[in-house]
Amino acid sequence: MLSKPFYFFICFLFLFTVPNSILVKAATSNVDLIQQNWPFNGIFGRFDKASLQRGFKVYSEVCSACHGLRHISYRDLEGIGYSKDEIKVIAGEYEITDGPNDEGEMFLRDAKMSDKFVGPYENDKIARLANNGAYPPDLSLIVKARAGGADYIYSLLNGYKDFPENFEVSEGMYYNEFYPGNQIAMPPQIEDDIVEFDDGTIATHNQIARDITSFLAWTAEPELESRKSLGVKTLFFLVLITIMLLGVKRKVWKNLD
Amino acid sequence: MKEKETENKKGISNWIDERLPVFTFINHNLRDYPTPKNLNYFWNFGSLAGITLVIMIITGILLAMQYTANTEMAFDSVERIMRDVNNGWLLRYIHMNGASMFFIIVYIHMFRGLYYGSYKYPREILWMLGVVILLLMMATAFMGYVLPWGQMSFWGATVITNLFSAFPVIGDYIVTFLWGGFSVDNPTLTRFFVLHYLLPFAIVGVVALHLVALHQFGSNNPTGIDVKSDGDTIPFHPYYTVKDYLGLGVYLIVFAFLVFFAPNFLGHPDNYIPANPLQTPAHIVPEWYFLPFYAILRAVPDKLLGVLLMFAAVMVLFFLPWLDKHKVRSANFRPFYKQFYWLFFINCIVLGWVGAMPAEGIYVLISRIATLYYFGFFLIIMPFLSKFEKTTDLPSSISAAVISEKFDNKEPSSAESYVK
Repeated sequence: MLSKPFYFFICFLFLFTVPNSILVKAATSNVDLIQQNWPFNGIFGRFDKASLQRGFKVYSEVCSACHGLRHISYRDLEGIGYSKDEIKVIAGEYEITDGPNDEGEMFLRDAKMSDKFVGPYENDKIARLANNGAYPPDLSLIVKARAGGADYIYSLLNGYKDFPENFEVSEGMYYNEFYPGNQIAMPPQIEDDIVEFDDGTIATHNQIARDITSFLAWTAEPELESRKSLGVKTLFFLVLITIMLLGVKRKVWKNLD
Repeated sequence: MKEKETENKKGISNWIDERLPVFTFINHNLRDYPTPKNLNYFWNFGSLAGITLVIMIITGILLAMQYTANTEMAFDSVERIMRDVNNGWLLRYIHMNGASMFFIIVYIHMFRGLYYGSYKYPREILWMLGVVILLLMMATAFMGYVLPWGQMSFWGATVITNLFSAFPVIGDYIVTFLWGGFSVDNPTLTRFFVLHYLLPFAIVGVVALHLVALHQFGSNNPTGIDVKSDGDTIPFHPYYTVKDYLGLGVYLIVFAFLVFFAPNFLGHPDNYIPANPLQTPAHIVPEWYFLPFYAILRAVPDKLLGVLLMFAAVMVLFFLPWLDKHKVRSANFRPFYKQFYWLFFINCIVLGWVGAMPAEGIYVLISRIATLYYFGFFLIIMPFLSKFEKTTDLPSSISAAVISEKFDNKEPSSAESYVK
């Protein structure tokens, strides 16, 4: 069954498509990323719900001061193991502008489960003004939008160093060995015990970086678990039926001998 | 009375068939259709391409029901499909990776035609219709990539449409006409969406013509020899239907693996950043299936010449039947053509690779040499070989070739004795 055309097909797939990934790697920094063994990698990959909830706490208490998650709704938090009641409480902590009401006035109300995450800034201009001209990107898709994915985000959070000698620094910038160009406007945010985890996990620097990265991997691909489990079933079915078809094909073609 | 009885006996399918011969048609083209008995698995790729087209159209129509073609909303509407539409992620990932699979299948289909001389008499128009399909596919894929309105969508569209500005006098006018304005903006997106939805149906039309042209003389085969007797052919059903199903099974395994486990492997991460006309990405690269042509474009220092060469790289395929006039079709019996063919294949891979590299230093030189060989293969080597190449001995018929292949390893010299 694995005849020449099949190998040709596979070779073609890789010979023609690998250049893309080489280039993508070259486009990022020269430094090799810190590779982590994420539980959501691999064909049986699953999210670690406890880690996602800790990551959500890091997002709420640290990242959300500057970064939004505009593609995520509060109801989506059910996906990382919160109950409806818990989510109502979480959403209730935020206010959004709604309206106009029957008097034609805009008004403030508590956020509901169906609302998208409330962002930190009214608009891009205010965001830039508040951050020394730099725009803090929305984090919903950040893991998919960076070459290296989760490993890149994790490395970046661990990549802050002092400026090397003879390095020309712009005002208000920080040195990060994984950031393209090495100068990043975001100050280092993570330090030991900057958050207190509800489940008693010790909030070390690495733990926090790992949990927030996992959480952002989930916001980028909330469908990951259903995708992979459907994938395993689909492949199982396809392999089975292909083996059967191989038998049928051989039987039918025997008539010709 | 008697007449009525015979009509009853015939049944409903015959009643229909007499008035509209669909069943005769199916029988003629998909069942009894005599097909050379020696087709190898490379002949699966035609049916695979057809199936992929159907998959793309179905998923595309479903996606279009949810997509919004507006610069303010396009990116978010795609994310909504990914997150909130039931199985929207599945539809989109199938459609996204389906484009890549479609090109892999079609490129292999074409390399097969090139190897076995399937473009030669009497199948010239069949081949040319295939090239038309390729052109339509390229246009469709390019415009489809713009629709999610990410950074690569926007900047890819800007770079490619700007190529037309290279033409003297009318260049700028063409670009403004394509954009529907003075930059890639909302009018560009809406027209690309409309055309992206329209062109696949044009492809279906040309595919139908492609099949009509195919069934006029039937498939070519690995020996390249014409069918000489009924003994050379077998009915399409069940032999090639089951073989096509088996090929489809293997194909879907690879396809499904990409969709479910590496859906973004072939894409560019920058396209998950919303389009920003004020910020150019570090490297603007087209999708992998355009890389060889992109390399040819960049190999030339002159913009206009580069653009013309890029178009010529596809257009030259139309003239293949007249560039290669060698009587023998299959490269299996053409020792020199075979060497140059494989060199051409590797050359295409090299072009794809330098297309992904920055246009500087050694890569420029490599892309120039590769471009030279690309055109040299078609314009110099092919005509030259058709005049001077001596072929090895051809089998007397398809049946003779099948028999000799079976005994090839044991007693190569005795092959001829089996021929009657």
